Amino acid sequence: MADQLKNSLPKKPLLEIAGLTRRFGGLTAVNGLSLTVETGELVSIIGPNGAGKTTLFNLISGLDAPDAGAVTFEGGDVTGLSAERLAALGLARSFQHGRVFGNLSVLDNVLVGAHTRLRAVKPQIPLVGPLVELALALIRPPSVRAEEERLRAEATEIVRMFGERLTPRLDKPAHSLSYANRRRVEIARALALHPRLLLLDEPTAGMNPTETAEMLEIIRGLKAGGLTILLIEHKLDLVMQLSDRVVVMDHGARIAEGPPAAVAGDPAVIEAYLGHKAVGAANQDGPNQDGGRDAEGDAARILVAH
Amino acid sequence: MLPTTFGPWLDYTINGLVIGNIYALLAVGLALIFGVSHLINFAHGSVYMVGAYIGWLCVTKLALPLPVTFVTVAAGCGLLGAVIERVGLRPLRNAPRIAPLLATIGLSVVLDQSAQLLFSPDPRALPTQLPTWRIAIGGGSIGALDLLIAGVGIGSAGLLYGFLRFTKLGWAVRATALDRDAAQQCGVDVDKVNRTVFAIASALGGVSGLLVGMYYNTIDPNMGFQAGLKGIVAQLIGGVGNVPGAIAGSLLLGLIESYGIALFGTSYRNLFAFVALILILVLRPNGLFARARRLPPEPLTGTFIAPSRPLVLPKWAVWTLAALALALPLVVQQPYLLQTLGNAWLYALLALSLTLVAGTVGQVSLGHAGLLAIGAYASSLLALDAGVPVLLAVPLAGLVAAALGTALVYPAFRLRGHYVSIATLAVGEIVTLVILNWESLTRGPIGVTGIPPLSVAGKPLVSGQWVYWVPLIVLLAFAALQSRLLNSHLGRTLRAIREDDVAARSYGVDLNRYKGLAFAVAGFIAGVGGALMAHFYSYINHETFPAPVSMLALTMVILGGLGNVAGAVLGAAVLVGLPELFRAAAEYRMLIYGVVLLLLIRFRPQGLLGTV
Ligand SMILES: Nc1ncnc2c1ncn2[C@@H]1O[C@H](COP(=O)(O)OP(=O)(O)OP(=O)(O)O)[C@@H](O)[C@H]1O
Ligand SMILES: [Mg+2]
Repeated sequence: MADQLKNSLPKKPLLEIAGLTRRFGGLTAVNGLSLTVETGELVSIIGPNGAGKTTLFNLISGLDAPDAGAVTFEGGDVTGLSAERLAALGLARSFQHGRVFGNLSVLDNVLVGAHTRLRAVKPQIPLVGPLVELALALIRPPSVRAEEERLRAEATEIVRMFGERLTPRLDKPAHSLSYANRRRVEIARALALHPRLLLLDEPTAGMNPTETAEMLEIIRGLKAGGLTILLIEHKLDLVMQLSDRVVVMDHGARIAEGPPAAVAGDPAVIEAYLGHKAVGAANQDGPNQDGGRDAEGDAARILVAH
Repeated sequence: MLPTTFGPWLDYTINGLVIGNIYALLAVGLALIFGVSHLINFAHGSVYMVGAYIGWLCVTKLALPLPVTFVTVAAGCGLLGAVIERVGLRPLRNAPRIAPLLATIGLSVVLDQSAQLLFSPDPRALPTQLPTWRIAIGGGSIGALDLLIAGVGIGSAGLLYGFLRFTKLGWAVRATALDRDAAQQCGVDVDKVNRTVFAIASALGGVSGLLVGMYYNTIDPNMGFQAGLKGIVAQLIGGVGNVPGAIAGSLLLGLIESYGIALFGTSYRNLFAFVALILILVLRPNGLFARARRLPPEPLTGTFIAPSRPLVLPKWAVWTLAALALALPLVVQQPYLLQTLGNAWLYALLALSLTLVAGTVGQVSLGHAGLLAIGAYASSLLALDAGVPVLLAVPLAGLVAAALGTALVYPAFRLRGHYVSIATLAVGEIVTLVILNWESLTRGPIGVTGIPPLSVAGKPLVSGQWVYWVPLIVLLAFAALQSRLLNSHLGRTLRAIREDDVAARSYGVDLNRYKGLAFAVAGFIAGVGGALMAHFYSYINHETFPAPVSMLALTMVILGGLGNVAGAVLGAAVLVGLPELFRAAAEYRMLIYGVVLLLLIRFRPQGLLGTV
């Protein structure tokens, strides 16, 4: 009964962003941006360096607060909610420059991803909650031990998705991993949260073509499993293959949106990329020495080819 | 009590501005250093002390004329600053962010202790050669020295402005402060800029020390600690790295202190500064004059703590060592040896506590001795004034230290990196000052005498063996508990906060909750440690647990390896036990600790057993 009723109602988007704005001094990094993501969809956000993509992720994931606008997640207003609350609501993200816990083992990194699911963490009553958690951690009754065992097995399973690249390194500290492997750990950690929405910020930055192809398959698998994903990516062939919808940002605003093929042909998009390319060439440094700049060149080429 | 006429208030204002000028000389240097190297220089107070001593040599031994004294002090301290930068900090430029922070702490210990050895810990008089006339204005008065201090303050500010504004090197300094990497790419010699800034800052700091010595006509080797802290407070009021802000903040701090003394009395002076500091850190972490809301600066790469592969002791080895330690009094009977080791175990409790917050959670607390003090006072007063049996008073004291310690540091939970260290340093000072001033509860400066010893079934445990066994058994119990904690999901969560608090938050880790838990557990352990100390020593006062004890604990923690339980015990045994057993003269001990800390940071930052 209830299910039928639900299905007959117009579907609510999982994530809805309206008029989001964030200014840094004189610079408007995100400018009145609106965006919706339906459950099960994979939406990509592309745009030249400095377009405001990462800032948008920070606003959605609660690490930064917007100056204006609203974010709705699963029908509830979550604007300005803290990152930890949003994680508990089922929002997981990876970071553009990689933020693994260096001195923690790969397994522990992934287990931190499951933090919000731990039962010991649940009691939120001030003072009592933390003390109960402390007692549970010290006494470790069978239920707590069983939960930990279960999560360990699950984390190992998640790591196995990445095949031989990570599995043999399960107990190695994350700081000893290669750059690409650290990116994989980040994604494994995000999956351990059992996210309702997964935000991926350039998951293939710094990866070679083989590694990128592997990552593409993994993301494709996640999507096939029904996960909703919002993806920032510079490598446009990957975006074209994976996305249901593409949103193009420039100067903090949305300049185009639609199915991949339609966006690729949009003159405004090509203009944004080519225009920035000329500027980008003049300034050699930047956070994206790991291929971002090249990817942008590729992007322009792919756009023109379409 | 309150002065009702205008005159005294004018005096207080003048006094506040004069003191403010002195703080400004310190704060400007700290701001310059922060600007180019993003470092809060905890050794700055020591340079100030060195300046006072150079001045004392010039005035009393060499009888130099005043202007020559000033130039000598500035040159000497400038040179010292350049050396500090070259030897202490430049080699750490690519080290994890915790390294330079610890290095400046180590440098300050080394400088203070060297001065103490060279000039004895006793205060000395530093007479001024200035005339003693005073100009009376509106009921208040201004002396020649006041005018000199104002002149030096304004003159230095002018010179500095000219240097930054109109010289090529000054331009390079400003460029480096704006964007270090960009400046380097434009051909700015960043090393030279750093050296220059340290030299200028230290010259100003030294002159400030000289002026203060003259103003109060007394100097001592520990004068730098409080002064450095005041400089940091002033700088934070104005906003870190902001030179004009530092001057404004200093004058404000001087006035706050001066009016505070007028209202409440001298013994509260420092309390105002530290309470102001905590308020600023909590309410306006970017300073009074910052406008924009900004994210805390986040390095793209690199962590606070060095990557490490800890040495894991096998279980049987741990059990064997524990059993051997327990059996020791059966073989060794010299009371002196047992007492020394017992003392080492007491300090190991402090190290255990500190390694949890500084090591596991990455909150480098510099006020940890305050927790010992809270525990010691709580247990003594419970036993003496409330008639609680000692055996019950000790764990109760642990609870008091856990609750009070967490509550006091709570406002600092939102801070990161250096700011945590500053806030905890201030909290430690606040604890001491409250103990000193709350006479009705703590007996004030007299201290607590006749503290009853720990006793079981009416039998006091005071013999050599018990002095060894009791701390050891408590230590082993806490070490086992802490290891168990670290092996649980909590250990993982706490370490994640240390490694990357932003990522931890993004995975649902509520920082306040876990920092609170860590400080509570740490407070309990240190509180019990302090309580045991009180019952063994039988007398405590506000100076039983001074700030250097916190530095000692930190050295133990670094020596053993951050977050490493076995390491904390080892660190305490080595640093408390060995100097005693080798009969190293007591006055050299702190110096040895400082040097050990510096060498560790430089050559083995992960400590003996490694960061866990
Ligand atoms: N904390 C901050 N303070 C000031 N400016 C910022 C801050 N964060 C980002 N910016 C600026 O906002 C703009 C957008 O940055 P953002 O990192 O969101 O771009 P992006 O689209 O992710 O770029 P990239 O493709 O290079 O990752 C940039 O000009 C950046 O310099
Ligand atoms: Mg980005």
